Amino acid sequence: MNAAELTITQLRDAYSQGDLTPADALQSLANAIDEKDGDIGGYLSYDLDRALADAESVDMSKPLGGIPIAIKDLINAEGHPCAAASKILHGKYISPYDATVVRKLRDAGAIPFGRANMDEFAMGSSNENSGIKPCRNPHDTDRIPGGSSGGSAAVVAANTSIAALGTDTGGSIRQPASLCGVVGVKPTYGRVSRYGLIAFASSLDQCGPLTKTVEDAALVLQMIAGPCERDSTCLDESVPEYTAAIGKNIKGLKVGLPKEYFAEGLDPAVKGKVEDALKTLESLGAETVEISLPNTEHAVATYYIIATAEASANLARFDGVRYGHRSAEADDLLGVYELSRDEGFGAEVKRRILLGTYVLSSGYYDAYYLRAQKVRTLIRKDFTEAFEQVDVIASPVSPTPAFKIGEKSSDPLAMYLADIYTISANLAGICGISVPCGTVNEGGSDLPVGLQLLGKPLGESDLFRTAHAFEQA
Amino acid sequence: MNVRDVAHLARIHLTDEEATEYQSQLDQILQYVEQLSQIDVDGIEATAHAEDIFDVIREDAAIATHQLSQEDVLANAPETAHDQIKMPKVVE
Repeated sequence: MNAAELTITQLRDAYSQGDLTPADALQSLANAIDEKDGDIGGYLSYDLDRALADAESVDMSKPLGGIPIAIKDLINAEGHPCAAASKILHGKYISPYDATVVRKLRDAGAIPFGRANMDEFAMGSSNENSGIKPCRNPHDTDRIPGGSSGGSAAVVAANTSIAALGTDTGGSIRQPASLCGVVGVKPTYGRVSRYGLIAFASSLDQCGPLTKTVEDAALVLQMIAGPCERDSTCLDESVPEYTAAIGKNIKGLKVGLPKEYFAEGLDPAVKGKVEDALKTLESLGAETVEISLPNTEHAVATYYIIATAEASANLARFDGVRYGHRSAEADDLLGVYELSRDEGFGAEVKRRILLGTYVLSSGYYDAYYLRAQKVRTLIRKDFTEAFEQVDVIASPVSPTPAFKIGEKSSDPLAMYLADIYTISANLAGICGISVPCGTVNEGGSDLPVGLQLLGKPLGESDLFRTAHAFEQA
Repeated sequence: MNVRDVAHLARIHLTDEEATEYQSQLDQILQYVEQLSQIDVDGIEATAHAEDIFDVIREDAAIATHQLSQEDVLANAPETAHDQIKMPKVVE
């Protein structure tokens, strides 16, 4: 039995039947990484000795007892490097503490194993912006895995991990999950603590699981969700039994299809797969209805103002003073700031900091940032009204399957526009899941396509019920 | 926008090549987001946050398990001296 190929529930069964130990599973994963990850680049590093030491004291009676979980490189885990795939931190920072999500995973018996590659500071949709090394799609290594949690999706898809944590600011869990053919969940804003995560856009960021099955995703979210005294944006709401939604039927479920999400720009082959998935949902007893999200066309512009503004403030802390890279060329204070940031940040990060700084600057704040926040209200209202008519919303995740590395990297705006189906959920604060719905053939490769389901605030159980019924059909 | 002015505000040094490239890319992005000026937002409240929670408070006291030692903090500092972070001279 090759542990690396198992799901969480399968590995748990193997442990309880005495077929495998956590040390066996870690060794299988290390072997799989050594064999395959050179071509994929899903991991920035892993520490087998540390994980084996963790495994010795793990409580196997816990829900995730002995389950190794890969961690996106912007989530702090005590004693592990944490660099958000940026040169400004890489090789220069060891986490002195655990993020709440890592603490909760450890309390549930899981073992953090491996630092997953990503777009630098989670800025990107293709992983081409990793400051350390490229990450490739396991289904075709000439293609991108998606981003920004591209490493997290790639290692799950390549069976070099059992499951992974990612973060989603504008689609960064759902889009790579879709392009790599795994399950990815972006929880409701505030559902999961962000304490110990390197912040990108604080009003949009959420942490969630990438897994091989819907049930695994429900299990992991169950463990990481819930109130946190160290994150004041984390909702003080108890966590429902997500796994109880697994196996329930979807008869009578009302599924909304936003007409704006099936319009121009959607690849016909991807559209075909999503439409097949909708027929499957109907055959399971769901009722589909067309809805409208009229402000969809403004979502990308709104998002790129709000996200870059927040990023410019959040990334001010990387100044070469207290941690991270300090330029050897600097001989005064201003030089420490300006040169350390120039040498440490990659091109996309600089571009977004510059845009964010501009839209917040004196004289432009009202025209850009404040206006974008008002349009955000309209986008949020679109969803509130839609959820008065339907239980969940279904759509594509990404307008195309995984594209070739380098194909879009010279045109940042074209890349931003491809986030159209995912970013509104972050602006509205609602939850979403990507679940695999088949493959399309492009250039001789079978490339995965994901079905996106969006739910009401704190409606994760609806997503798990629907996605699981679909997955099993 | 003048990318040099903004780069100074953001404390990022730019080479001439970078400045030229970012200037044209950012101009293009700003032109795209200009569409928001066409939307009627009169009387619409701004959303800073997707949830309606305000004023989350706790007791104003240190929590022992949430503290890092001086050694832990300095371990990640680029330059240290006398158990402090070392910086270039600020006042001449």
